[in-house]
This record gives sequence, structure tokens and C-alpha cells, in this order.
Amino acid sequence: MYLLNRAQRHTVNTTWMIISLLLVAFLPFLLFIGLYLKSVLLLHDYSLGDLIFSKIWKPSAGKFGFYPFIVGSIWVTVVAMMITAPVCLLTAIYVTQYTKKFFLRIMHPAIDILAGIPSVVYGLWGILVIVPFISRYLGPWLGVKTMGYSILAASFVLSIMIIPFVLNILIEIFRSIPTELKEAALSLGATQWQTIKHVLVKKALPGIIAAFGFGLARAFGETMAVLMVVGNVVRLPKSVFDPGYTLPALIANNYGEMLSIPKYDSALMFAALLLLAVSLFFNLVMHFFIVRYNKY
Amino acid sequence: MDQDTKIEIRDLNVFAGKTQILKNVNIEIPKNKITVILGPSGCGKTTLLKCLNRLTDLYPELKVSGRIMIDDNNILEAKEDIYKLRQQMGLLSQRPYPLPMTIYNNIAYALKLRGIRNRRETHKLVMHYLQQANLWDEIRTRLREPASRLSIGQQQRLCLARGLAVNPEIILADEPTSALDPISSQFIEETFGRLRNDYTIVLVTHVLRQAKRIADNVVFMYLGEVIEQGSVEEVFGNPKMEKTKLYLGGTFN
Amino acid sequence: MTRAQKIEEKFFKLLMIIATYFILAILAIIIYSIFEKGLKSISWEMLTQVPHGGYYYGKGGGILNAILGSLSLAFGATVLAFIIGMPVALYLNVFLIRHKRVVSVIRFLLDLVWGIPSIVYGAFGFSLMIFFGLQTSLLAGILTVTLFILPIMIRSMDEILCTVPIGLQEAAYSLGSNKSEIAFKIFTRQSFSGIITAVLLSFGRGIGDAAAVLFTAGYTDHLPNGLLEPVATLPLSIFFQLSSPVPEVQNRAYASALVLTLIILIVSLFSRGLGKRYHKTKINF
Repeated sequence: MYLLNRAQRHTVNTTWMIISLLLVAFLPFLLFIGLYLKSVLLLHDYSLGDLIFSKIWKPSAGKFGFYPFIVGSIWVTVVAMMITAPVCLLTAIYVTQYTKKFFLRIMHPAIDILAGIPSVVYGLWGILVIVPFISRYLGPWLGVKTMGYSILAASFVLSIMIIPFVLNILIEIFRSIPTELKEAALSLGATQWQTIKHVLVKKALPGIIAAFGFGLARAFGETMAVLMVVGNVVRLPKSVFDPGYTLPALIANNYGEMLSIPKYDSALMFAALLLLAVSLFFNLVMHFFIVRYNKY
Repeated sequence: MDQDTKIEIRDLNVFAGKTQILKNVNIEIPKNKITVILGPSGCGKTTLLKCLNRLTDLYPELKVSGRIMIDDNNILEAKEDIYKLRQQMGLLSQRPYPLPMTIYNNIAYALKLRGIRNRRETHKLVMHYLQQANLWDEIRTRLREPASRLSIGQQQRLCLARGLAVNPEIILADEPTSALDPISSQFIEETFGRLRNDYTIVLVTHVLRQAKRIADNVVFMYLGEVIEQGSVEEVFGNPKMEKTKLYLGGTFN
Repeated sequence: MTRAQKIEEKFFKLLMIIATYFILAILAIIIYSIFEKGLKSISWEMLTQVPHGGYYYGKGGGILNAILGSLSLAFGATVLAFIIGMPVALYLNVFLIRHKRVVSVIRFLLDLVWGIPSIVYGAFGFSLMIFFGLQTSLLAGILTVTLFILPIMIRSMDEILCTVPIGLQEAAYSLGSNKSEIAFKIFTRQSFSGIITAVLLSFGRGIGDAAAVLFTAGYTDHLPNGLLEPVATLPLSIFFQLSSPVPEVQNRAYASALVLTLIILIVSLFSRGLGKRYHKTKINF
């Protein structure tokens, strides 16, 4: 019935496992090396500082300044986190401390659906709802002229996209705090809010910061949805109502001409390398932050 | 109410859904004595303790009925002053749960909740309570360290000091030595011995020897019911009920 | 409690309620706007035909090319990721069970890889493609998406496998099973429902992502016909139709978005349902 005997099957299975494991373990390094080799052409001609801090982007003239894209990415990410962070923290506290268990049973599928909606659909929703809202209502109401395609639109769509990711981590963190710690604070005469403010949030703080960090890293690399609503204009935004351009959008928008302009492919790969570096860096830092979790 | 009775529990019933955790519990707990609630695990001892300082409020599935009188106030009816009420009682749980703060602030936080904001007084009282809990000498130089760096026995004494810092009249202790090494357990028992004249202590345990060593009064519970209660001599020396005899004889656990 | 404290608590509780219902409301608005716009323009023709000439100016045809393209791409990538990912998850939980440090390092690497944006995978896939002299094709798309969903697959299987009780392993060892038998017979059966969930989750991620396939899968108006031919995908067809200035074509983008959302919702419903049904062989402790 079997082609191989037991010992042979064991060898085959084990080898298969080890090969797969090696492939996966070396994946981050492979990615890094692959992208580095492609962008080395650009790094050969320009210094890293030039590339990052130069403001002029004219690939056909051989000018590759990534500064506007980096700044655009930072704007979009930071504004998105300013929405996501408080919303997620408040919600996580509410559903773990104030509501009955059945409420979490409503929240979990809702979070799952939000997490499952594809990036392109978020982008489409942004175009349908958020962009017109900003150009027709929010902008005029605040006395700002805006097309709607803006840093703010991108940030808002992005903030919704990372909510399920951050919220899931936060709910887990708050649920993992033992009830007895809460009881200890309450038995001292603390009110529920004092318990949350002074004890629970403090206990969870490293985890909360890490959750925000992971969210930030995720937001930084998000491509399609941002690309669809951010406006894609290469210039330094002066306010959140200005259009901007982000690193992932740069890559996604220009892959078509990549091979027709000299060094352009190298430049786009360098952008991907930057994204990879930022993502790895943030995740690393947050990981070590969590390792030091139980300081108190 | 009897002059010397501090807590009087009348017809206390607790349901979790359809299961009844406490059945018609009637207990009188005398003032400034150590009352030990004894019984095998799962007999509702911990729930009883949580009723006393209304931590049952945290569990919406629990239905509590009956009366618990502390100094002529039915605490089950308390609404607004529940925080004050909890400050009448210091709690010591099975495992120590230090607050995520420094050693010093663990006590100072309790003092703050009591309304003490003067720094010098805070300082004096932190020292006082740490001494009372038999901890001061060991940690006087480490006050600014996170409380989690203490050993588990030290943490439990810190929790006791924190419980005393709210200036309670009652101390509730839920198997406070079950997670501790013998020496730390002894420290805690000694501390209880010194506190017995000033505080009404309610101690839950399933360790018979511990009950014998420190109890003034014993309440024996089994499956949510009070089987027998009385002074330590009565219950241990001359148990009236069959179940008590079996338990004391070690037949069931 | 003083008055100020009471107001503070009320205030923050109000904020919490607002935040929670904000999230639920946004979800409702997203679902509503996708369905409302999509249902208006969806038609049988769209689901069953490929784009005809002039489709992108509003003439007839449909998005069958993208639907089938996306399904075959996501299916291929899921199978490949399963073949690579499953043994890794098993290896971590059976063979390395006594090497906690190694396991935690590998888990950490997987989490790192999970966090890498999909556009980076796309760019990497593209540079591999150039390196090997490949054209944009279904195969290149599958390979890229495989890399992208691999960490998701492994980590979600890992979460399930690490709950297999040690007692069950001991029982199997005492019957004389070797490690790979324990891995492929005991662990897979005990965690069957969780493994299905992991697979469906990865499938959903694979089918929804656009950035990774943008460079590698290409786009075509024809049905997928071969691993080495370019293939259309739903997310990209939404993206392209939406950038058209013709309103009819934009409307079709809404319909396509509805199709994609429905596929993903159905997959996630399935994973819940299947997860419950396949508990039969599982031993509960």
C-alpha cells in the first residue's frame, strides 16, 4: 500500500519539514538581499543621505529625491495613528471592562470582517464616501479649499484599515490581565475608572505601545487604498487637506515605466527596500519592547 | 445584634445562572477575633469572601440575595458608598497581586485613595504599614523598585501592608499562604497573630493545621452550606455534625 | 466618590461608547455603500462573460476573466503555501518542542515576515522574475502571493497546534509512533478544524491583495489559460475600472468590488462553519 517503508517515510517527511523551515526562516534575509542587489545601482551613484533628503523627483533627468514620498508616508501614517490609537484604546477598555461577554461576541465578527475587507475595496469606499465628504462638507466648513484627495482622506481610510489589527491585540492584552489585580485595586476603595486609569492601563502600557507600534508599521506599508485617495502629487504637503504621495504608492504607480527610464527600476526597488527596512525596524523594536513587558 | 458581633450574615444565597453557590448561609463573625472559614475547595468560601466586600459586583452572572450586616448596615444594599465600604476591609488574595507600581507607591496609592495627600504623612504611614506587615527591615532600601521584583512571600506581605493602609476594621484573607513557602507563611501567620486584637480577621483556608493554630472561631462549610460554626475548641474538640467529623478525620478533601 | 471623579468617569465612559459604536457604524457604512452601489450595476452578463471589445468604454462584457483569474491565483498560492507552511508549523510543535528558544526565534522571524507590506513582496517578486527571465504570469503571481501568505498560514496553524495537549503526544509516543507520524497523523487530526481555518484565512488574504500581484501577475482580458500566461485579478480589475473616466465602467468597478467582498465574506463564513463541523475526530480534554 505504501511506496516507502516507515523509516523512509520518516526521513522524507523530516527532510521536507527542514527544507520548508529553512526557506521560511531565511525569507526576510532573502527579501532584503534581493531588493538590496537591485537598488545597489542607485546607491552606487547617489549617497543615501542625498536620496532620502533631496526634494527633487525627476527620474528622466536622473534626479531621485525620495524626501516628498517619505514625508508623505509619515504624514499619512501619523495622522492615521492619531485616529486609530484613541479609538482602539477606548473600545478595547469598553468591551473588556464595561460590557457583558455577549458584546464581545458581536465585536469579534465585526473586527474579523473589517480585517477581511480587501485594500482595494477600502480605497473604493474612500473614493465613494470619504473624498466627497472632505471636499464638499469638511473642507468648506473649515474654510479650506481641497479636492478631497488628500492626506486626510488617506489617513482616515488607513486608520479604519488598521483598527481591526490594533484592536485585536489590545483586547487580548486587556483580557490577559488577571481579574485579581482589578479586585486588589477595587478592594482598596478605588472606583472602576480609577482602577482602569491607574492600574490596568499602567499594567498594559508596554503592550499598548507595542500594539500601536505594530499598527504604525502596518500603516506605513499599506499601498492600494492610500494610493487611491491620497492624490499622488509629488510635493511637500502643507496641511492634511493637501494631496501627497507615499512610498508604496510611488512603487505601485510607476512599475509600468520601470524599465523604460534608466535607473528607475533601481529607484523603485530602493523605495521597496526602505519600506522593508522601516517595517523590520519597527517590528524589531516593538518585539524587544514586549520582551521587557513585565517590568512591574 | 450582639455587642461583640462585627459581621452578621443572614440568609445569604448566591446563584451563578442555575447553580447555587451559597445556600442559606447564616454566620456571625465576632469583633477583633480571627474567624476561620474552613472547607474543601469548591465549597463557596471564596465567593462568600467576595460577597463581604462586594467584589461580586464584578461578575454580572452572580445573583446575590440576603443580608450582610456590618455595624448595622446592610452592605448588599449599599450603592453610592461602595468604595468607602471596601475601604473598611483589607483584602489578601490567594496569590499576591502587587499593583504595577513601585513598592512605595503600592502603599502610597492606598493612602491616596484614603485621602492622604501630605507627603510627610504618607512617608510616615508607608513605613508604619510596612513595619506592621513585617516587611520594612527587608526592603527599606528598595522602596523605589518595582513591586514585582520582590519574592512572592514579600509580595504577599506587601499586599497585606497595602490592605492595612486603607485603615480597615476588617481583614479578608483568601487562603493567603497557599502559594507561599513555609517561612513566608509563618511570617504571615505571625502578623495575623499580632493584628488579632485590633482587627476583625476573616480567613479562608482548607488547611486544618493553620485553622487550629490561629483561629478563635471556626466556620465549617461544605458544598455551599454552613455545616457547623463555633469557637475553635467546640468545632475541633467536639464536632456535632457528622460531616465535620469526617472532614476533620481527613476522610474527604 | 467626589463629583469631579463622577463626571470624569461619565465622560470617559461616553467616549468609550462613542469609539465602540464609531467602529460598528463605519463597518455598517462600508458594507452598505459597497452593496448599495454594487447591486445597482451587477448583472448576470458581468459574472459570466469576459470583456468584449470596447468594454473599457462602456460596451458589453464582464469580469469573468478576473473572477477566475483571482480564484486560480489564490487557490494556487494557498496550495503552495500549505505545502510549505504545514510542515513548518508541525516541525515547530513536534520536533522542536524541547527547544523553546529556537521556536521563539522562528516565531519572531515569522512575525517579522508577517509585518512586511505586500508591495515589498510585489517588488521582490518582480526582481526575481527579471532575474529568472520570466514574464508576468499566473506562476509569478502565485509565487509572490505564496510568500506573502506563508507567514499568515504558518502562524495561524501554529496557534492551533500549540494547543495540542502534551498528554496526547505522550500517549502516541508510548504506542511507539515516531515524531513524523505524530506530526502528520496525530497533530493534523486533532487540529483539523484549526488547520482549515488557517487555510481559508490565507486564501482570503491572497485573493484580496492587489499590491503583490500588480507587478507579477500582469493583466489580460482572456480567461486564465496556463501557468506561464498573464492573468487578470479582481482587485486589479476594480482598480483599473475605477480609474476609467466612463461612468458605466466605474459602476462596474462597484459591482466587481461587491463580488470580491462577497467571495471574502463567504470564505470567512465557511471557515467558521467548517471549523465547527469538523470537531468529530477531535479529542476534548
